[in-house]
Amino acid sequence: MVFYRGHLLICGGTGCVSSGCKDVIAAFQEELRKRKLDEEIKIVETGCHGFCEKGPLVIVYPEGVMYCRVEVKDVQEIVGEHLMKGRPVSRLFFTEPLSLDKVPKYQEIDFYRKQQRIALRNCGYIDPENFNEYLARGGYAALEKMLSEMTPEEVTHAVKAAGLRGRGGGGFPTGTKWEFCAKAAGAKKYIVCNADEGDPGAFMDRSLLEGDPHNILEGMMIAAYAIGADEGYLYIRAEYPLAIKRIQTAISQAEELGLLGKNILGSNFSLTLKIKEGAGAFVCGEETALIASIEGERGIPRSRPPFPAVKGLFGKPTVINNVETFANVPQIILYGADKFAAVGTERSKGTKVFALTGKLRNTGLVEVPMGITMREIIYEIGGGTFEGKKFKAVQIGGPSGGCLPENKLDLPIDYDSLIQAGAMMGSGGLVVMDDESCIVDVARYFLSFTRSESCGKCTPCREGTMRLLEILERICAGEGVPEDIAKMEKLAYSIKASALCGLGQTAPNPILSTLRHFRHEYEAHINDKKCPAGVCQALFYYRIDDHTCVGCTVCAKICPVGAISGERKQAHQLDMVKCIKCGVCVERCPFHAIVKE
Amino acid sequence: MNKLLTMEDLRALRKDALGEMTARQTCDIQVIVGMGTCGIAAGAREVVTELLKELQRRNIKNVSVTKTGCIGMCEREVLLDVVRPNEDRVTYGRVVPRDVSRIVGEHIVNGRVVEGLVVGRIAR
Repeated sequence: MVFYRGHLLICGGTGCVSSGCKDVIAAFQEELRKRKLDEEIKIVETGCHGFCEKGPLVIVYPEGVMYCRVEVKDVQEIVGEHLMKGRPVSRLFFTEPLSLDKVPKYQEIDFYRKQQRIALRNCGYIDPENFNEYLARGGYAALEKMLSEMTPEEVTHAVKAAGLRGRGGGGFPTGTKWEFCAKAAGAKKYIVCNADEGDPGAFMDRSLLEGDPHNILEGMMIAAYAIGADEGYLYIRAEYPLAIKRIQTAISQAEELGLLGKNILGSNFSLTLKIKEGAGAFVCGEETALIASIEGERGIPRSRPPFPAVKGLFGKPTVINNVETFANVPQIILYGADKFAAVGTERSKGTKVFALTGKLRNTGLVEVPMGITMREIIYEIGGGTFEGKKFKAVQIGGPSGGCLPENKLDLPIDYDSLIQAGAMMGSGGLVVMDDESCIVDVARYFLSFTRSESCGKCTPCREGTMRLLEILERICAGEGVPEDIAKMEKLAYSIKASALCGLGQTAPNPILSTLRHFRHEYEAHINDKKCPAGVCQALFYYRIDDHTCVGCTVCAKICPVGAISGERKQAHQLDMVKCIKCGVCVERCPFHAIVKE
Repeated sequence: MNKLLTMEDLRALRKDALGEMTARQTCDIQVIVGMGTCGIAAGAREVVTELLKELQRRNIKNVSVTKTGCIGMCEREVLLDVVRPNEDRVTYGRVVPRDVSRIVGEHIVNGRVVEGLVVGRIAR
């Protein structure tokens, strides 16, 4: 073993790959070789750190200095100054958006300091393809403890006592689910990991699979032991090629070491795991549809009961848990249920990973204790909205969730409080909107998503979402009538009550929650034919202000449809019949003479 | 890799693996080498290489090796500082690769300062 004096951790998550980390890694290798540092400094390609917006991220240990948005041209300076001479390159430090302080240390950045990382504890810290690094971080210690001193009943009991609830969105108590399956009749049972992450904007499962694959495998092994399964599947969508590759590598390593297979570590517990690639249908995140897809059938749900815990994959009792749920399991076994349950609220224990996006200064993946307020996440971790923009709403839970207004910002987030407020934990997407986002347009977007993802098996979902979308499109086009609101509410409640699966039952949520908190915006669209945010194209028009326009002709030249005309040095005219409202003229006018009304 | 047949195998492998991760933890003992232009010119790179080899030979895991810039005492380079917990920070001057094994053996392992090479101390 070579003793390296420093480790250079370069993020190799999908976010950083798309911002060019592969070139940066190659440049570092080249530069280290050139300066003969390659035997002193080790390059480690890690999983996602969650701060993708600032990527590619490079962290230098032992100091723990983090560099943001590193480009190939910065590599020479980092190696020459920092690695050779010990002078960190302050130009590339992270800048706090509020105080404008340059923060060199990874752990001292507000974005990370306010987080509590349990599920994500290894993500971005270890090389996901190096088995030894996972092991050194206490990996497979839970497996070892479980096989040497715990019975399956004790494992289930520990997970139940910890109060772990399903992180995929529904929040069903995990221990209870395991108990049902363990008690179900039959010798053959299955364990399935649901990694069919489909919510727009959510990527926590992908990051966990890519950044810490062995942790997920260990979680699955523990669950399989608890319920008595000897075979399992990971259902990963084919759009996640890196996640599939890393899990495949991890499975091969575990098989080679005998951590998967027959008589694991000399015990009489055996397990084999396989990957099933999903074709990316949102409905396959629903457990009965997922089962159908693994079996080779069309991915459509069936009615429950019987629940999968009794009659699931190939007709055998099956436990299906989400990736993030499995990621928490080894910690519970290793450190005990009490320690896990010490974090969180009365009925929601532990932490939750959120994908923070939208009109915010810091975006990325954050893991916070349950019971934290939305205000803390948005303002203290996320750094607040951009300058001069007013916070309007936060959308939580993706297409199944809802929008919360400013007066709900101090709500402690847990499964139950969100349901009460008309939203849902969902898989944990958080999209922040400012006053330039139109609430009706957001509801229309989510409805168009669920409508196209509806499998079409049951009528309420197939027809209902279609009709809801039609009404919303009409309102956005300025053709809404006052009865529309009542009509949508009635339809929404009947879909909720009668749809077959979770997709249909939650599809109207974006409409219901926005109607509850932002009814005035719908009314403005319908009654005044105005879109307060200026998003719905049919409800605003442009005008050139004769007093401000100096006739510079920039707008007339740039207009793609030739809707602007006028003499040089004379105020121009805009023909709204021709105008397609692309907004290019507004952006380009140096005198701000074009106004939106 | 060999198959892990028992719990002991897993534990042994984990113990080995821990060594690979030391550079990512804050260690008890720090060694800081002056690597400004002056330090490099005086041969700091050879000293660092020798230091890493020595640590590896003795299988010492709880030491972090960092570099620093010029502190203005260029004529005494190569400067090498050793910081042990709850002890003074000791600066050694004009260190050559030959001295490294003494510093590691005496000071880092046994806590006895190599007085002949000391150029300064910073009280804790």
